[in-house]
Amino acid sequence: MDLISDQGLRVDGRRAGELRRIRCKLGVYDQPDGSAYLEQGHTKVLAAVYGPHQIRGSRTKALQDSVVINCQYSMATFSTGERKKRPRGDRRSTEMTMLLKQAVSAVIKAELYPRSQIDVFLEVLQADGGNYCACVNAATLALIDAGIPLREYVVACTASLANGKVPLVDISHLEETMGGPNLTVAALPLSGQIAVMEMSQRFHIDHLEEVTQLALQGCRDIYKILDKAVKEHLLETGDFFPQLESN
Amino acid sequence: MLTSKTFLRKTKKGNILKIVREHYLREDIWCGSKVCSECCAKTDDQVLDENPTIACTKHNYGHYLVLDTNVVLDQIDVLEEDVLKNVIILQTVIDEVKHRSSTIYKRLKDVIGDGRRKFYVFVNEHHQDTYIEREQGESINDRNDRAIRTAALWYQKHLKAFPTQKDKRKGIKVILLTDDRKNREEAIKSGLIASSVEDYVEQLTDAKGIGDKLSKRNFTSDISEKDATYPSHLTPAQIHDGIKNGQLIQGSFQASRENYLEGQVNTEKFEKPILVQGRAGLNRAIDGDTVAVELLPEAEWTAPSDIVLQDDETADPEELNEKENLIKEVKVVEKRPTGKIVGIVRRKWRQYCGILQANPMVGSVRNIFVPADRKIPKIRIETRQYELLVSQRIIVAIDSWPRTSRYPLGHFVRALGKIGDKETENEVLLLEHDVPHSKFSDLVLSFLPKMPWIITPEDLKQRVDLRGIDICSVDPPGCTDIDDALHCRPLENGNYEVGVHIADVSHFIRPGTALDNEAASRATTVYLVDKRIDMVPELLSSNLCSLRGNEERFAFSCVWEITKDAKIIHTKFHKSVICSKAAMTYEEAQNIIDDKSQNHSIAVSLRGLNSLAKILKRRRIENGALVLASPEIRFQVDSETHDPIDVEAKKMRETNSMVEEFMLLANISVAEKILQEFPECALLRRHPVPPLPNFDPLIKAGRNQGFEIDVSSGKALADSLDRAHKSDNPYFNTMLRILATRCMMQAVYFASGMLQQEEFFHYGLAAPIYTHFTSPIRRYADIIVHRLLAACIGADKTYGDLLNKQKTQECCHNLNYRNRMAQYAGRASVALHTHLFFRNKIQDEEGYVLFVRKNALQILIPKYGLEGTLYLVPATGQPTANFVYNEEDQSQRCGNIVFHAFDPVTVQLSLDRSNVQHEKLVLKMVKPFIKDFSVPSVQANTGDAVASDDKMDLDVPQTLPEVETPSKRKESETETAQSKKSKKKKKSKN
Ligand SMILES: [Zn+2]
Repeated sequence: MDLISDQGLRVDGRRAGELRRIRCKLGVYDQPDGSAYLEQGHTKVLAAVYGPHQIRGSRTKALQDSVVINCQYSMATFSTGERKKRPRGDRRSTEMTMLLKQAVSAVIKAELYPRSQIDVFLEVLQADGGNYCACVNAATLALIDAGIPLREYVVACTASLANGKVPLVDISHLEETMGGPNLTVAALPLSGQIAVMEMSQRFHIDHLEEVTQLALQGCRDIYKILDKAVKEHLLETGDFFPQLESN
Repeated sequence: MLTSKTFLRKTKKGNILKIVREHYLREDIWCGSKVCSECCAKTDDQVLDENPTIACTKHNYGHYLVLDTNVVLDQIDVLEEDVLKNVIILQTVIDEVKHRSSTIYKRLKDVIGDGRRKFYVFVNEHHQDTYIEREQGESINDRNDRAIRTAALWYQKHLKAFPTQKDKRKGIKVILLTDDRKNREEAIKSGLIASSVEDYVEQLTDAKGIGDKLSKRNFTSDISEKDATYPSHLTPAQIHDGIKNGQLIQGSFQASRENYLEGQVNTEKFEKPILVQGRAGLNRAIDGDTVAVELLPEAEWTAPSDIVLQDDETADPEELNEKENLIKEVKVVEKRPTGKIVGIVRRKWRQYCGILQANPMVGSVRNIFVPADRKIPKIRIETRQYELLVSQRIIVAIDSWPRTSRYPLGHFVRALGKIGDKETENEVLLLEHDVPHSKFSDLVLSFLPKMPWIITPEDLKQRVDLRGIDICSVDPPGCTDIDDALHCRPLENGNYEVGVHIADVSHFIRPGTALDNEAASRATTVYLVDKRIDMVPELLSSNLCSLRGNEERFAFSCVWEITKDAKIIHTKFHKSVICSKAAMTYEEAQNIIDDKSQNHSIAVSLRGLNSLAKILKRRRIENGALVLASPEIRFQVDSETHDPIDVEAKKMRETNSMVEEFMLLANISVAEKILQEFPECALLRRHPVPPLPNFDPLIKAGRNQGFEIDVSSGKALADSLDRAHKSDNPYFNTMLRILATRCMMQAVYFASGMLQQEEFFHYGLAAPIYTHFTSPIRRYADIIVHRLLAACIGADKTYGDLLNKQKTQECCHNLNYRNRMAQYAGRASVALHTHLFFRNKIQDEEGYVLFVRKNALQILIPKYGLEGTLYLVPATGQPTANFVYNEEDQSQRCGNIVFHAFDPVTVQLSLDRSNVQHEKLVLKMVKPFIKDFSVPSVQANTGDAVASDDKMDLDVPQTLPEVETPSKRKESETETAQSKKSKKKKKSKN
């Protein structure tokens, strides 16, 4: 099966540079300090943020000049086609957790909360490609919902290469399994900085540039959608985030 | 941005999984008609005409055609006719076609890609108004039919808004072509115009002969068990279940060339192929099909029959049964798993070349087509052009094979030309061997360098200037695609500097261009006896890349420092500019070497090369490299065979071997270099060690003559072949080597990352690693290797596919396939020219028995490098002589005359043209003389020799033995068969 047809349409009917439909909502739970739900196509994730609060457990973990960021990535056992045995603890989840921490650490103003801790929990409810991206995007929304000061949004997006020459953005699960190498980028869209970059296979250097550019463009497009959702949420709730405004 | 809807799709996959996929519906899919002012399509995408016209008696109004899937699958030959224009191809149809047949999908894409044909692809599945969901209880087929009708209706409505100038009231109409009656009825009910393809095509006034191309797929008749010639096939579901629970085995069917009632199925489950025999056992499988076989109980297992059986046109049913019985009576010696084919998993039908069988019924529409390939059964076709086609080579496609029909049903595709014309016959053998031979397209040619081509200062900056060095090339006479040149000069320290300079083809053929894709697809230049089918356009092959004498050319150089006793001190590679001082033939180079009075730099260079080559060759043979009597193996050893004109006598001069040795050395040096730099994706060539059982026929044949052939290693084999000489049969050694060649495996290209290092071994050359670097003009593998090497030394960039081992392996598969086909085509061309040669000729020739079979002798005629079967028992009628077959020592006895393998015989060759459509080379026994069987020698009798029954078809030989033309043949003399004294013959040196 071709990833992109002669008529320029992908398997699901999108064009090469089009994102899947993104729907999101902030403040879906009352218990956590911040929460968000995000759908990117059929990939659906929940994010919950606790803190900043006192260090839990051993005090020795505490940092004198910055906050401890604790992330946890898990996948609901019903999130994939075949039922998963356990929600976390496997190699992939551990790696995801690490990469998530790397992405959120890039934007949280950690120096404001020495000797404290922020917890970011992410749960994939349904997996259909780009799980990591959906998690990063949802985490950004939940952090905003929790009122934690951020440098700017951190937004993630995938890109790939169809038929060895056409770059594609926001890769679905089907495209992940059918296609070639897969690039994931978590970026700070306003400043254009890249927080995390990961490849599933090697890319040839000739293609890397255009695929990266397309992934970054995807991040900017997603940013607009998230920003709109945040503003709408603000209007609805009347909440106010001085930290974000001052940025 | 997007209108989006999601939908559910369930798929079974081991356990039942629910797979949910997104499916976006769009507003920006346009109708593609020039008449439309509503859609915002770019003018390039508006392919459908404003005023579609087609001369049609029934539908004499402007219309577009919409096709259903089966019309595309079955009637692709009709669709390829230029007369059909303005056709809408729906995505539903494309997807189904792609799923069902990749070859037809490719052909459909070619038609769509042809701008003159005005085929428009409408992505109805993603259009917000034409997408439909499958209803409860609706089959996928019905849903797709409905989707096609829905799209057609949308068009009808959409186009109504744009009345054409011609008829002012109504817009352009849409006609749905479908051969499914139910679909047609539904369509008409919903207000569409619908027609079957046959009805539509018959109304066309400008399309003569198009009716012949209609597929007979929908031929149906009431089948009563009594009429059925064949057992019925299992349904796909039954096959699926049977394979799953182990009752059936899936495999690919391979028909026998020699016996049309026998074949085998190659499976993964068994090491040995499963034998299938008889009409019911074969059950309508055609060579290449993927089939399901049911194994017979072990008591019913048999062995392949030794008889040669051709499907004679005249055979009546009774005779047929006799033949089947003939097959059955087999001795219980080498039983093989035997089975019967119970179902077809996948057909691998293609188009077949062949001729019409003579039809005595004047004006009859129903005809029989005889394919050129013996593995393919005859095909029934209907044509109204019998008189025109009977003298032509034609192409036919198979449509179906109902149980009641002895032969499959098909339809005429196109005519190639008059039977017997060399052009036609060449075309046939190119088609039969799947050799791409059309003219290079304008797109491909657009990537050629613009003439006049000049070397710029930038070019020089990136290359080493070797124009001052005395480089020369040595090739066969008449060679215009010179891809290698050499030099050799003494260094001050007493060593030599030796350079091999290869045409820098990869400089001109850039990756990913149409030119590159075309060359990759062709994979190799194909040499026929009188024709060369180039891999790259002539401007490159015979001019810019050809290292012609006294012209500045780009080269890729491999330069060694070598000691006097041929030890390599170091190797370097670089791109260069050279100017060859002389383009010589082997003979000219040999003369310069031999002429001691010549002492110019080229002579010195050649002598240096020659002395080093001798050492290299000796060392190689000591290592166990094989010398085999076959151009196949020669080809690998990379050789002098650029030139096919001189097929019979290839004189081996020292200079042939000299060039060969340095090409080998360069190939090995390059292989080491690219493997070191690219351990995963280096393109290499390996020649696998043959499995020991392969050697059984060779060992047996040797033992019958009192020689032990040691096959434990390549070296042992080479040595024992060297020892096996018979003073009374000078050709014996060569024949042994021919047999040895047949035990060999095919050498193949592969990507280094796909195999373990031990498997890289090249058996024939006794080299641990090997590749092809030295002939980039005529082999695509060399172009890839050039690119890899260029990347190694930083002279060129890499690109994605070059570093992808999967892609490299895919490329290798194609190269291997094309190479094999090119070889077969080359041999078929030799056979064709032998036929031409024997027209109006009867000639006695010496031959040797190569194999003894149950009803025939396999005979090799060294002079023409031909091998054929001489039937001892005629196909029809009573045998004229009583032969007794002894399976134990592989002999045939008639009275006191015994035939063993390797026995010399004299046979009479002539061409049987009595059947105009199928010329056959006929062979009759002249010596030894057997009463009522042998014929007198031509010299004694020039009369009615041709009419005898003991025909021999000259097969395309598997190998061309390497021999020189015997010096003048002596007049035939009466000799008894026992006296094995053979005529004096110059023996080929090996
Ligand atoms: Zn339109």
